[in-house]
Amino acid sequence: MSSAQINIAGLSKRFSAGAPLVLDNVNLQVQQGEFVALLGASGCGKSTLLNLIAGLEEPTSGTIASPKAAFMFQDASLFPWLSAQANVELALQLRGASKSERRSEAARLLELVHLSDAAAKRPHELSGGMRQRVALARSLAQNRDILLMDEPFAALDAITRDLLHDELQRVWKETGRTIVFITHNVREAVRLGQRVLLMSSRPGRVVAEWPVGEQDPAVLTADITTELRKEIRRHAA
Amino acid sequence: MQPESTLTKAEPSSGPLTKLPAEDDRALEKGLDNLQQEARVQSSWKSSITKALLPVAALVAVIYLWQMYVWIVRPRPDQLPGPADVFGTLGSLWQNGDAVETVLTSLQRGVVGFIIAVLIATPLGLVLAQSRVLRGAFGPLISGLQVLPSVAWVPAAVIWFGLSDATVYFVVLMGAIPSITNGLIAGVDHVPDQHRRVGHVLGASRWQLAIRIILPAALPSYVAGLKQGWAFSWRSLMAAEIIATGGTLGFGLGALLDQGRQFSSMATVISAILLILFIGIVVELLIFGPLERRLLRRRGLLVGGSQ
Repeated sequence: MSSAQINIAGLSKRFSAGAPLVLDNVNLQVQQGEFVALLGASGCGKSTLLNLIAGLEEPTSGTIASPKAAFMFQDASLFPWLSAQANVELALQLRGASKSERRSEAARLLELVHLSDAAAKRPHELSGGMRQRVALARSLAQNRDILLMDEPFAALDAITRDLLHDELQRVWKETGRTIVFITHNVREAVRLGQRVLLMSSRPGRVVAEWPVGEQDPAVLTADITTELRKEIRRHAA
Repeated sequence: MQPESTLTKAEPSSGPLTKLPAEDDRALEKGLDNLQQEARVQSSWKSSITKALLPVAALVAVIYLWQMYVWIVRPRPDQLPGPADVFGTLGSLWQNGDAVETVLTSLQRGVVGFIIAVLIATPLGLVLAQSRVLRGAFGPLISGLQVLPSVAWVPAAVIWFGLSDATVYFVVLMGAIPSITNGLIAGVDHVPDQHRRVGHVLGASRWQLAIRIILPAALPSYVAGLKQGWAFSWRSLMAAEIIATGGTLGFGLGALLDQGRQFSSMATVISAILLILFIGIVVELLIFGPLERRLLRRRGLLVGGSQ
C-alpha cells in the first residue's frame, strides 16, 4: 500500500516513559482524495493520532508518512486581533503567497464558505458556525492536499452542523482534498465519510472499519453504534 | 438515533435523500448567521455625554466643598487657601510663563525618559520571555525592582551624576523599565498554547511565530505595562525633581512644588499639584485610555458597560 497518501505503520504513543500507551500499534492508510471518518469514544486517542499526523506531537514508535497537512480544531482557533479576511490572509502569507494574491484568494475562499459579507468582522462578532467556516476557509488557504479535522462541528447546534456537513461535502468535492475527520458522533461519521474507522480506547487501536456505500445509512449507523457501545461497555469493569 | 433525523441525512455518493433547493439552504444559513451574531450595541450620544459629565460634576462638588470649608472653618490662608486664591496663583503662573515652562520641561523629560525606557524594556522583556535560564536568573530581580520605589534611587543618582538631567533620567528609567518589561513577559506567558499550535500548523517559522502571532497576542498586556510604566515614569520624575533641584537642572513641576514649599506659598504648592495631576489625567484620557479600549474592543474583550 505504498501508493497511499497517508501511511501509518506500527504507530504507538505514550506521553512519558512510565505513562500508559495512548496509541498502540496503529496501522492506517488513507488514499488521495479519500474522506475518512475516525470514530471513537472520548479519550480514545483519536485527537492524539491527528496531532501526530500533523506533526504537533512526536511518535513514541512506528512511522508516519504524510505530506504536510492543514488542520481544523474543535474551536475555530481564529486569531482574535484579525478580521475574518485577515485570518485567512495570514494563512496565505505564511504559505508564501504574494500580497495581491492574498487579497483575491482570501475573498474567493470566504465566498466559498458563504461569508463574503462578514469578511471585515472580527471573530468575536461572528457566531460559532461562522467562525468554523472562517477556520475552514483558513485551512483551505493553506493549499495542502490533506485536511485534518478534529471534531470541528462538535460544539455547534444541530441545524448549523447539518449545513456545515453539506458545505464540507461540497468543498471536498470541489477541491479534491484528502480529509481525515475525527468525531464521536456516529451519524456524523456515516454522513460524511467514505470509510468509517472505529477506534478502541486505552490503548487506542483501529478495531473496525466500514465502507460507506449504497446501503441504507440508518442501518449502517445502527450497526456502528452497536459496535461503539460494545467497545465502551468493555471499560465498565 | 431518531428515525426522522436519519431520514434527512444525506449519503455522500448517492446524494441527499431529501434535499432542499440550494437557495433555501443559503437563506437558512444567512438567517442563522444573522440570528446567532451578537447584536451590536451602539453607545448612544446621550450615554457618552453623561459619562463625560459625571467626573466634571464630581470636580465641581469637590471645589464646592473646599470653598464651603474655607468659608465656614476659616483656616489660615498659608495652611489652606481657598479655590479662588489657588486659581489666582495658577492664573499668574500661566501669565508669567512659569506654568508653561514647568509643564513643558517636565513633560519633555517624562516623555523622553519613557521612550528610552520603552526602547530598553521591550527587547529586555522579549529576551527574558524567550529564555528560561535568563528568566529564572533575572525575573525575580525585575519583579523586585518593580516594587522598589524609584525615589530610593535619587541619592545614588545624585552621587553618580550630580545635579544634571542624567540623574532625572536615571530615576525615571529605574521606575519605568521593570513595569514595561514585566508587562511584556506576562503578555507572552499568557499567550494561549493553542495560538502557537495554530501557528505551527499554518507553517509559521520561529520568527513569523514571534512577530505575527506571539507579539500581537501579547499586545494588551504589553500596553497595560506601558501604561503602568508611564505612571511610574511620571511619579519618579516628580520625586527626582523635588529632591534634586538646582545645578544644570531645568525648572520642572517638581521644582515648582519645592519652590512653593520654600516660599511657604501653599497656593503655589497646590497649583503645582493640580498641574501634575492634570498632566497625568490628560495623558491617560488622551493616549493610554483610548489605546487600551480600542485594543480590547477589537478583540471582543471589552464588556459592554465599560465602553
